[in-house]
Amino acid sequence: MEQLQIRTMAEFAATGEVPEVLFWVGCAGSFDDRAKKITKAFVRILNAAKVKFAILGQEETCTGDPARRAGNEFLFQMQALQNVTVLNGYGVKRIVTACPHCFNTLKNEYPALGGVYEVMHHTQFINALLKEGRIKVEGGDFKGKRITFHDPCYLGRGNNEYEAPREVLLKLDAALVELKRSKQNGLCCGAGGAQMFKEAEPGKREVNVERSEEALAATPNVIAAGCPFCNTMLTDGVKHFNKEGEVVVLDVAELVANAADL
Amino acid sequence: MGIASVIFILLVAAASWLFARNIMRVRRNILLGKDVIINDRRSERWAVMARVALGQSKMVVRPVAGFLHIIVYAGFVIINIEVLEIIIDGIFGTHRVLSFLGGFYDFLIGSFEWLALGVWVACAIFLVRRYIIKLKRFMMKELDGWPRTDATLILCTEIALMSAFLLMNAADVTLQNMGAEHYVEAGAYPISGPLASLLGLSTASSSTLILIERVCWWFHIIGILAFLNYLPYSKHLHILLAFPNTWYSKLGPKTEVANMERVTGEVKSMLDPGIAPPEMAAPRQVAGHEVTDRFGAKDVFDLSWKSLMDAYSCTECGRCTSECPANITGKLLSPRKIMMDTRDRLEEVGRTIDTKGKWEDDGKSLHTRITEEELWACTTCNACTQACPVNIDPVNIIMEMRRYLVMEESRTRPALTSMFNNVENNGAPWAFGPDKRLDWTQQ
Repeated sequence: MEQLQIRTMAEFAATGEVPEVLFWVGCAGSFDDRAKKITKAFVRILNAAKVKFAILGQEETCTGDPARRAGNEFLFQMQALQNVTVLNGYGVKRIVTACPHCFNTLKNEYPALGGVYEVMHHTQFINALLKEGRIKVEGGDFKGKRITFHDPCYLGRGNNEYEAPREVLLKLDAALVELKRSKQNGLCCGAGGAQMFKEAEPGKREVNVERSEEALAATPNVIAAGCPFCNTMLTDGVKHFNKEGEVVVLDVAELVANAADL
Repeated sequence: MGIASVIFILLVAAASWLFARNIMRVRRNILLGKDVIINDRRSERWAVMARVALGQSKMVVRPVAGFLHIIVYAGFVIINIEVLEIIIDGIFGTHRVLSFLGGFYDFLIGSFEWLALGVWVACAIFLVRRYIIKLKRFMMKELDGWPRTDATLILCTEIALMSAFLLMNAADVTLQNMGAEHYVEAGAYPISGPLASLLGLSTASSSTLILIERVCWWFHIIGILAFLNYLPYSKHLHILLAFPNTWYSKLGPKTEVANMERVTGEVKSMLDPGIAPPEMAAPRQVAGHEVTDRFGAKDVFDLSWKSLMDAYSCTECGRCTSECPANITGKLLSPRKIMMDTRDRLEEVGRTIDTKGKWEDDGKSLHTRITEEELWACTTCNACTQACPVNIDPVNIIMEMRRYLVMEESRTRPALTSMFNNVENNGAPWAFGPDKRLDWTQQ
């Protein structure tokens, strides 16, 4: 495999170069073993499209999203103000991220704290690269396969982006099957609002089991996700039904990177 | 002026005065909330109100209930044109004063009759959905007691009003056909005509028919005036508040959480010792009581007036709860209950103010009704705000109450405390330090 080309913002600044876009990796993308694969798949796409991108590296810290959702506004603003200082210090204009929670916070909540950027979710960015012809993808392994897309709440309902991930998936020559509850009516995976970091409150079943059951009912070969947390929740849900041998949960970036053999 | 006209005028005046007083009480209660200024993007707001409240766009997402609701809604709005005539007739002792409109009058009365039948049938189906089909969202525990009675009363009243309207017309058209004095031949009676035959009204004496017609006429107008005054005590208030509530909708991205300015000042001074911390906001005078500015919401005073208007706008349809992932999977959280609890607490506070002349702490709060288990079950997925036909935002109340728990009481779930510590110390919600952040590039 070709070595990934990754440079930090500090390295760009040292040479006086300006990157096209900052890739906000996010905590899941940096630390979670499953999500790291998504991060690398997206970097392979960026490399293939010859996108001059930078990451913040060790200067990146949590956006503060889970702290804010869990009611700790102080901690959120500590994180946010520090991140805004770093981002503005580098004169960052455009940001892309593979996490809808980072996406929502950077795009919608940082402006009130002085951080105004053009922020894209990676499915939007990949879609643009495909449309501009900077990368090409044909079905490859996924040709004719049944793929279903689980809308992340913070991308879909939260920010009204339903089409970009679907447009990308359609490029794979796969059969895109919709879940019973999709788009505006999509059912949460159970991780949002800081639930990812705590035990679920007492109930009849786990939210991710409910959602995975619905996804499996669509008899897909692949459940496509656009969020590292949804990915974890759905992967666990598929395992709950002992279907991990038949159905695989992949991020849109992984599907594209695999199909394009990047 | 006859005695009937005098009684009528007094009734209408009394009902209007009582209604105005009750609406002012609701308004006062809503304004117990924190002030927020919502007056941006005005043309967009009018459009949202036209689409969502007037146009019922979110009701029809569920086609059966949506279609039936539109019939009741249209019936309510259009049949009330008839009330205009009733009021003129009532004041001046005339009968069918608008009948000079001729063919157009026939068209109006004919349409009212079809709508009245539609409303009658729709309300009957609504009762069937509640009590025979027993839709899950109408069977939940939070509706036990008054809320369920309230719903039944509303549906039965509408059926009674429509029945009176049609029976009144049935007697009227029979009297018209008999050439009775005072009963001018006017109007079209597509429903009450056949109804009159069905009931065999033509065999009744004219005095009996006049009695039926008059009783129904008075029942109809007294019923409407009583119903008007029932609104401020009922979930049915949504027929009025749906309009302002949608106008004041959150227009930005659903998952955007508004910034807490006061925290920004404090955090900036923590990060830079050169910046002085912001001064404590002066306590607010609310209903003769000092309310200190606190982080998040302990009681209704700490929520914005918009959240309180949300609470009064809720008609307990339960679409939010039926879409809520936490509720679907058996957790305690029900967004509808959050709204009902907020409204009930607000009403409780309002009653205290009414009896004591000012607010006195009663040792209770929103948290007396809404438990931590409910608050911590929310995934902030916004399925509830998406589902609400009048754009109510339960997530905002949940967020404000979480803020109070965490920032004022240091109460949270243990795992969240670990997450806070990790974010604070490592800049990540997990126990990985910044030195590990680039590891993925090497693996």
